[in-house]
Amino acid sequence: MSTVANIWRNLPLKAKVGAVLFGIFLLTAIIGPELAPYDPSFQNPAPNLLMAHPSAQHWLGTTQVGQDVFSQLLDGIRQTIVLALLVGIIATALSVIVGVTSAFLGGLWDEFLSLLSNVFLVIPALPLLILLLGYLSGRGQWPTIIVLSVLGWPWGARVIRAQTLTIRNRDFVAAARESGEKSWRIIAFDIIPNEVSLIAASFVNTVLYAIATSVALAFVGLADLNSWSLGTILYWAESQQALQLGAWWWFVPPGLAVALIGTSLVLLNSGIDELGNPRLRASRGMERVAGHRVWATDPTPVLSQLSSSRTRVAAFLHSFSRGSLLDETPAGGELR
Amino acid sequence: MSPILDISDLSVVYRTPGGDVRAVEQVNLTLSAGEVVGLCGESGSGKSTLAYGATRLLRPPALVTSGSVLYSGRRITSGGDPVDLLAMDHRELRATRWREIAIVFQSAMNALNPVLRVQDQLLDAVRAHLRMPRNEARDKAATLLDLVGIPRNRLRAYPHELSGGMRQRVMIAMALAADPEVVIMDEPTTALDVVVQRDILAQIVELKETLGFAIMFITHDLSLLLELADKIAVMYAGRLLETGAAQDFMRAPAHPYTRGLLNSFPSLHGSRRELTGIPGSPPDLRDPPPGCPFVPRCGYAVPACTAVDMTLEPVAGANGLVAAGAVPGGPAGHLTACPIVTPEVSQEGVLS
Repeated sequence: MSTVANIWRNLPLKAKVGAVLFGIFLLTAIIGPELAPYDPSFQNPAPNLLMAHPSAQHWLGTTQVGQDVFSQLLDGIRQTIVLALLVGIIATALSVIVGVTSAFLGGLWDEFLSLLSNVFLVIPALPLLILLLGYLSGRGQWPTIIVLSVLGWPWGARVIRAQTLTIRNRDFVAAARESGEKSWRIIAFDIIPNEVSLIAASFVNTVLYAIATSVALAFVGLADLNSWSLGTILYWAESQQALQLGAWWWFVPPGLAVALIGTSLVLLNSGIDELGNPRLRASRGMERVAGHRVWATDPTPVLSQLSSSRTRVAAFLHSFSRGSLLDETPAGGELR
Repeated sequence: MSPILDISDLSVVYRTPGGDVRAVEQVNLTLSAGEVVGLCGESGSGKSTLAYGATRLLRPPALVTSGSVLYSGRRITSGGDPVDLLAMDHRELRATRWREIAIVFQSAMNALNPVLRVQDQLLDAVRAHLRMPRNEARDKAATLLDLVGIPRNRLRAYPHELSGGMRQRVMIAMALAADPEVVIMDEPTTALDVVVQRDILAQIVELKETLGFAIMFITHDLSLLLELADKIAVMYAGRLLETGAAQDFMRAPAHPYTRGLLNSFPSLHGSRRELTGIPGSPPDLRDPPPGCPFVPRCGYAVPACTAVDMTLEPVAGANGLVAAGAVPGGPAGHLTACPIVTPEVSQEGVLS
């Protein structure tokens, strides 16, 4: 438990904010639909509930046909997040498999797999998506998931291939091969663990891409419009002229949800980056020592020269920061 | 001889979330003009931290928690009071560095910029600290290379075109650019083979004789210091365990750790003896044990060792042989932090 707490404490602030924000949406995706007050598709015929403002019964108002927007939103978050995570997992798995094998095997395999990912890279994604989903629409989310996965892997694959190429030639891989380890074992235990931060960043990026693309596709109607995702809510809001009628409660919440999920993923991504590459953190050039800012180019600080000039308000605010942990560390280090 | 650099009670810590790492703990060390002081210890014993902390070169999270470093070079004080390096600001330190105290860094390959010619790097050092016109500075750079025995035509070479020994010589030339009073050498010969090592050491001694600077020589090789240094300080776990003249170390090492170090390499003459290393590894400096940090690895350890206060005291209970070896009244009196093991104790053969 304390190790988990320690890891959390050492995370960069960006990663903390991103993790909390994404955690909230993940929780909503897991339990939200069970808590939904209404069936999102139920059309309440009562005339005063058509396009009604937010109220105690309907927290986010109703649509043109009397459906509860809040229930739709909860359902939509689940659909969108499930889709994005599935696309992320499939596409990242594909990119790891292709990237690592092509770099590790080299030769003809490398030529072929690189050619394949280059071909997928130059395929114009959006027109292809529109074309494919035009044929496949109306069969739930799976067509979108498959098409997005198939088009989402080459970026990751190229990056991972490049990284594998540099790792493959390091001495510890040669040592592993010399000691008679099998290729799959070298890949799984020597190479991939060295790429975890890269793979995680690639996963988060792919999830982000899946959310943005799937919402955009649903918005133009290329999705299963009978189910509720953030994109289809926006599609119906647009097609029923919510914007012109001033029904902000209909299109602002799903739009905001997309924006916030995207923000949380970007924050998570740069957080992972800093975690896997501590030099990024050091490159900020400034560290707090004994509560004072010290730049890397400054002379080594001397404790007796550092005056404790912090005001009470500043000291109170400072007590929230990670740096305050360092101040209170007793000499000899009781803090573990 | 009055000390030119007087480090007293210096403590340096690294602030980490897991607690302060006490890399240097209340160290007293003096360096007199024209003297070679060898600082010796194993990896992580704090010898580099001591040197860089005293010259304020450590980066955060390092923090100097106590002590003073009094410097009394001729240019800065002109016979007046010594100045404290720990009380200096940016500008004063900049004026002090290189002109007064220069450093030969540990790894020449990393300290030299691979994309600049040797000449340009020497010129940088010269022009940054001496403010001379460009053509004079170029002459100066050539003279510096002469000084360390590299042909002048290598001025236009890149670092990768030089051998390891030549790179190290360039580093030394660069340190001497502004005619410093004190040169700190941080393991200048560690990456070199013994033949080149010997060449460079001879060169250093020769330069010291002609130019008259004082050297603080950091190394983990005690045998090397026995030949080179006037005074030796042995460091372990952030503390000084023993200081004294090189002869003292050769004739009568006082601290068990020093004896361990001296027993871990063969001597060229005298009878054959079994080489013994020092078993174990140094303590965790975040939570140092009370008393002497060497207790867990010490063959003489007794319960009283955990109450030793680690101040350096003159070697006590010396029999006739040891007294003859000590420099009488010299500044390099033989001091040890171990009050437990006296020469009599060791002659009774307690050493395991």
